[in-house]
Amino acid sequence: MSNVFLSHNNIISALGFSSEANVQKIHDEITGLQVVSNETLLNEPFCSSLVNQTLLEKKFQNLHPKGQFTRLEKMMIASLSPVISASEIELDTKVGFLISTTKGNIDVLDKNSPFPTERAYLSALGRTLKIFFGFANEPTIVCNACVSGILSVAVAKQYIQQGLYDHVFIVSGDLVTEFILSGFNSFQALSKSPCKPYDKNRSGINIGEVAASILVTKDEKKLAKESVQILGTGSCNDANHISGPSRTGEGLYRSVLSALGDSKIDPQEIDFISAHGTATMYNDEMESIAFNRLGLSKTPLNSLKGYFGHTLGASGLLETIVGVHSLNNNTLYASIGYEELGVSLPINVIQKTEEKNLNVFLKTASGFGGSNTAALFKKII
Amino acid sequence: MGQPYHIRSFCSIQQETILLNGKPVFKSEQEDFGAFAKEAYQFLTIKYPKFFKMDHLSKLAFLTANLVLDKENITPDEPSNTALVFANSASSLDTDRKHQESIKNKDNYFPSPAIFVYTLPNICLGEISIKYKLYTENSFFIFDSFQPQKLIAYTKGLLDSKKAENVLCGWVEFDGKTYKSFLYLVSAKGTLEHTEETILKLYNA
Repeated sequence: MSNVFLSHNNIISALGFSSEANVQKIHDEITGLQVVSNETLLNEPFCSSLVNQTLLEKKFQNLHPKGQFTRLEKMMIASLSPVISASEIELDTKVGFLISTTKGNIDVLDKNSPFPTERAYLSALGRTLKIFFGFANEPTIVCNACVSGILSVAVAKQYIQQGLYDHVFIVSGDLVTEFILSGFNSFQALSKSPCKPYDKNRSGINIGEVAASILVTKDEKKLAKESVQILGTGSCNDANHISGPSRTGEGLYRSVLSALGDSKIDPQEIDFISAHGTATMYNDEMESIAFNRLGLSKTPLNSLKGYFGHTLGASGLLETIVGVHSLNNNTLYASIGYEELGVSLPINVIQKTEEKNLNVFLKTASGFGGSNTAALFKKII
Repeated sequence: MGQPYHIRSFCSIQQETILLNGKPVFKSEQEDFGAFAKEAYQFLTIKYPKFFKMDHLSKLAFLTANLVLDKENITPDEPSNTALVFANSASSLDTDRKHQESIKNKDNYFPSPAIFVYTLPNICLGEISIKYKLYTENSFFIFDSFQPQKLIAYTKGLLDSKKAENVLCGWVEFDGKTYKSFLYLVSAKGTLEHTEETILKLYNA
């Protein structure tokens, strides 16, 4: 079976409009999170990481779009466009198109939205993007809660290995909307200050927004300098609860075992873990249990939620892209917000950004519905 | 690539009618889905009170999965490696609209976690996994319309790599007043070929 690689990539977030700009900010330990007062989104101040509207508009207009596009569509188009250009791949029938998102254009359901409510259909989002770029194939939209972003990488690999496509472009994105904030607020899960994953004084999650894109390919001639190989993936349900993680970390534990089996590597070969770390007590505790069961309590680990907040269906791809650059830069990035261990079992949270020779990393994510996904990536030497 | 796979059992629910392996199992006069689902639940003697807190999409998916899995003797007592690969076109919009209703008026603002949690289509996979103790791969895809070739490629990948022994696949759509489910179980064993042609024929039957 052919090897499959992650190649050209882009991130659009509060921290910048390219992967490199975002990674540089992370290197300098600068967060995109800040307190926002916007009563159309939430009736109290909240902490979030938002894409700069003026810069987005400028980037988007540079692409000379024709028609009316929602804010999320602009973010996704502005993110995927440079990735397609850099890849120099013709969008023929051997090129697949994946979109990962949890809520897509859900903001058009709001009575003040200028767009018709039909645009809330994820299939309508898919159609708009397909037409904009001229993909020959219908998109597949991965909508699997907060594992969507990393699951889409697993799906792309499987599509390629099953011979459906030679290359797959993925774009991920989710917005900060009243719909999402009111829902998480009803769970009393939102923190009013920047989140502190795995920390003793954690106060809950922040919701953030990004768009992230990547090329997945089996063609070694289409690689970027930071390209990595997708070694293996695994995805397992907790079979426990629809809105709370398993107390034993069952699904995450099984997902990582499945990804290790798929990759044919030992846990000791993992140089670092890009974990989920939403900064809710239940999630962080569950992860610490799962990683201990896997013998990974000493493996350096970070959560990037302290930089971007939780970006829902985009988080898995966003954090994978940062992980790819981490391998390429041979640098472990600090898990900002963390000071003192706040989970019951030991884990090795990265406190200081430091250079280290890196070869393999593990990306994990967990979400509502009991979903968990793990993926392993290896530097190409 | 890989060995050939087969379809073991399949079930569809639409227009107040349940068909299992092409044969009618239950039909109701209830045009309201909630009332129809309750009648079907009672007729099938399911005995799983959590059913009544589910949203419409989860109820539809749960009933359909229940019929296929029970028919194939996949029970919670003997957990099997059965993955779930579902798709639809409207995602969770039916429940999304209910959550939106609860936040549209600042003077009458009542968002609820019990509704918000169902604003994700994969929650129905979680509900089925909990009932059947399936610690397995769950994936929810959105397509403009039913596209078996994508599900086939993904399902074969799961079976070829031995990540799953069986895959329960198909379409569960709930949008306003219309609904349609069509789920089929794929594994090495079975009588029907796991091909696009067969799947489309069963879907359209």
